[in-house]
Amino acid sequence: MSKKPYKLEARNLNAFYGGFHALKDINIAMEEKAVTAFIGPSGCGKSTFLRTLNRMNDYIDGFRVEGDILLDGRDIYGKDVRVDELRKEVGMVFQKPNPFPKTIFENVVYGLKIQGIKDKKVLTEAAERSLRQTALWEEVKDKMDKSALALSGGQQQRLCIARALAISPSVILMDEPTSALDPISTAKIEELIYELKNDYTIVIVTHNMQQAGRVSDQTAFFYMGELVEYAKTKTMFTSPKHERTQNYITGRFG
Amino acid sequence: MTNSDKNRLKDKAFQVFGIFCTFIGLVVLAIFLIDILIEGISRIDWDFITSLPSRRASRAGILTAWAGTLWILGLTSVIAFPLGIAAGVYLEEYSKKTKLANFLEINIANLAGVPSIIYGLLGMEIFGRILGLGGSLLSGALTLSLLILPIIIVTTREAIKAVPRSIRDASYALGASKWQTTWNQVLPASFGGILTGIILSLSRAVGEAAPLIVIGALAYVPFVPTSPTDEFTVLPIQIFNWTSRPQADFLVNAAAAIIILLLITFILNGIAVYLRSKWQNKVKW
Repeated sequence: MSKKPYKLEARNLNAFYGGFHALKDINIAMEEKAVTAFIGPSGCGKSTFLRTLNRMNDYIDGFRVEGDILLDGRDIYGKDVRVDELRKEVGMVFQKPNPFPKTIFENVVYGLKIQGIKDKKVLTEAAERSLRQTALWEEVKDKMDKSALALSGGQQQRLCIARALAISPSVILMDEPTSALDPISTAKIEELIYELKNDYTIVIVTHNMQQAGRVSDQTAFFYMGELVEYAKTKTMFTSPKHERTQNYITGRFG
Repeated sequence: MTNSDKNRLKDKAFQVFGIFCTFIGLVVLAIFLIDILIEGISRIDWDFITSLPSRRASRAGILTAWAGTLWILGLTSVIAFPLGIAAGVYLEEYSKKTKLANFLEINIANLAGVPSIIYGLLGMEIFGRILGLGGSLLSGALTLSLLILPIIIVTTREAIKAVPRSIRDASYALGASKWQTTWNQVLPASFGGILTGIILSLSRAVGEAAPLIVIGALAYVPFVPTSPTDEFTVLPIQIFNWTSRPQADFLVNAAAAIIILLLITFILNGIAVYLRSKWQNKVKW
C-alpha cells in the first residue's frame, strides 16, 4: 500500500454510450501528487474513463455512468455536485492543442474571467504565475496581446496547460497531450509533467509506451473496456502479471 | 489515342464548357445592367432622390420609397436577427437530437423555399387583420422577418457548426457553462458567418415587392413615414408601379429607381463580402 492518500477513486464504474458498454466494472485508486498513466489499444475505454473524471462526457447524448467516482472521497456524479465547480478542481488538457482564437492573455485568464473575476491586477498576476509554471513566460511575456494561434504547436500546448493551471485545480487530466507534437516539444511537456506532480495529481492517457514509462508512477492497462492491470509503472513494465499486458507493452498487438 | 490522352481532352473540353457557361451568366447580367444604366442614369439627380411621388413623371421622386425601404430594413433587422440567431443557437447547441428536432430542421430548410407571396398572405391575415396592424411598416417588417428567418436560422447553424468541437471542450473543461461557452467562444468565432447570412438575407428582403403588396403597402404615399405604424411604400413597389404605367417617361423613372435599388443591394453584398474576408482572416483553426 502507498503512503500517500488517494485523490481519485473509481468504484464499480460502468459507462455506456447508448447500448454500448464502454467501461466495465472499473475499480481503481489514484494517488495524490503522482502521475498515473492509462495505456491500452484504441477504443479500449481509457479516454472515456479519463473524460468521466471531469464529466466531459455529460454533453454526449446517450452517455451514462453507473457506480461511483470519488474525488477526495466525494462522489463527483452526486446530485449536489455542480459540474462547473468540479471542473475548477479537475482541469484538462487535450490531444490537439486547442487555444481559443484570442490573445495569449485572454487564453490564460479565460477560466478566471468566467468565474467573474475582473480585477486586472489579479488576472495579470495569475497569467504570469501559470505561464512561469509552464516555462512559457520568457517566450511570450512581450506578446501577451498577440493571438495565441501564432504560437508553435508545442507552445500552444504549454499555453493550454497554463490555462488549466490558472484556475488552480488539484487534478490535471491529459488526453494524449503530446501526440500532435514533435519530439522536442514532447520532451518539454514531459519535463513539465515531472515538475507539476509536486503540486498536482496528474492522470495521463498515452499511446506511447516509452512516455508512460518515463513520466508515470503508476500505470493502468485497459483492454476492451476493462481494467486489466494496475500497478507501479516499474513493476508493470518489468514484470507484468497478465499475458495481455505483456503483449501490449512489448508491442505484439495494439 | 491512349486513355490518358482521352482524359486530358475531356478535361480540356469541360474547361471550355465551364468558361462558356460562366460567360453566359456574366453577359446577360452585363447587358441588363448596361441597358438599365443607359436608360436611367441621366434621370438620377438630387431632385429625383428628394422628391415626393407625383402624377407627372418629370416631377416624381423616390423619397418616400427609399425612406420606406430603409424603415423596412431597420425594423426587419431588429425583429429577425435576435429571433433567427437565438433559434439557430438553440437548435445547434441546446436541443437534443430527437425526432422532433429532426422534423423541425427539415421544415425550416423547406420554409426557406416557400414563395414570398405566401408569406405575404400569411402576414396580411395575422399581422394585418388579426393584430390590426393593417398595411403599416410594422406589418410589412414582421412579414419580411418571417420570410428571412429561415435563411438566418440556417446560416447561423452552419456558421456555428463550423466552430470546432475542441474549442467548446476547452471552454467546458475550464468550468464554463453552456451559455458562457456559447457567448464567449462559439458566437465570436462564428460571428463572421452569421453576419454574412444576415446581410444576404437583408438584401433579399430589400428586393421583395410581392408580400408587401399583398399586405397592402401602397404605391402612392405622399409622405415620409415617421413611425412604425405609418403606411408606406418601398422601392420595388414604386418600380413595379412605374413600369405598369403607359407613359414612357415613367419607364425612365423606373430604370432610375432600379439603379438606386441595385446600389443598395450591392452595398449590402459588399459589406457581407468584406466582413466575411475580415473574419476569416481573424479566425483560423
